[in-house]
Amino acid sequence: MLDELDKKIIVIMQEDFPLVAEPYREIAERLGIHEDELLGRLKEYRQSGKIRKMGAVLRHREVGYAANALCAWIVPEERIVEIGKMLAKDAVVSHCYARISQPGWPYNFYTMLHAHTRKDCKVLAEDIAKRTGLQEYVMLFSTKEWKKISMQYFKD
Amino acid sequence: MLTAFDKSLLNIIQTDLSFEKRPFALVAKKLETTETIVIERLKFLKEQGFIRRIGPFFDSTKLGYIGTLVALEVKKEYLAQVAGVINSYYGVTHNYEREADLNLWFTLLSPNLLKQDEILETIRNLDGVVRLLNLPATQKFKVSVQFSLT
Repeated sequence: MLDELDKKIIVIMQEDFPLVAEPYREIAERLGIHEDELLGRLKEYRQSGKIRKMGAVLRHREVGYAANALCAWIVPEERIVEIGKMLAKDAVVSHCYARISQPGWPYNFYTMLHAHTRKDCKVLAEDIAKRTGLQEYVMLFSTKEWKKISMQYFKD
Repeated sequence: MLTAFDKSLLNIIQTDLSFEKRPFALVAKKLETTETIVIERLKFLKEQGFIRRIGPFFDSTKLGYIGTLVALEVKKEYLAQVAGVINSYYGVTHNYEREADLNLWFTLLSPNLLKQDEILETIRNLDGVVRLLNLPATQKFKVSVQFSLT
């Protein structure tokens, strides 16, 4: 379980990461703990999967991926794992989830596609449809980003 | 504009920052350059807006949170108002208008199911909300936004 120090570390790691030679020493000083204690716990979070990855989040528009499309698919229940594993390996798929469907909304599988243009997104989706044999899908293009932030855990 | 060096730096830095004393020195070694150049270039790329943030990607479930995707059909004239209310919840990280009958889609992270249902109930009853579909995940196959820059 997470103790109070874990939560403090998680909160501070969500703030601006110091771009200096020894960033963890600086963060540890602000926390009032030793650098080794901080690095030890961060490594444990990664081993236990609490941290999936450590690195930079890019602004996709600026790096040329202006179009993104959430695709909702109808996948037969018995094929979900097979298709999920297959598409997870696909570089153009950034998010891939099975979700419950709802009355009037039969779609139960979602892929997030990023590409340079909307047309490219359509081509990518058609290619996925061909490779998986899935015919029923809908492309949900975003027209306005009302909010996009990284989650601030344990801030309340 | 991104130079070839920037692109290779960005390709590495999206995933491979390590929990070691001098993480940028390790990146510099991979790029056969110096730690100072890596740090200066990252500052530049952040100031220019290519990099949104540098830090850890947490697994919300492993931190004890529950998450869901919610789709709404909102009457056009109420959209801005409803989007504003949705944005006010700190657990809402993504809120997008999309071209479909279900025209507003957001993700919500909550400390527990009770809190999630309270929030969804409030949103469901806002003026202009025609339909709200709660679409929690049953299986996660991939969560990793990574742009390979060529």
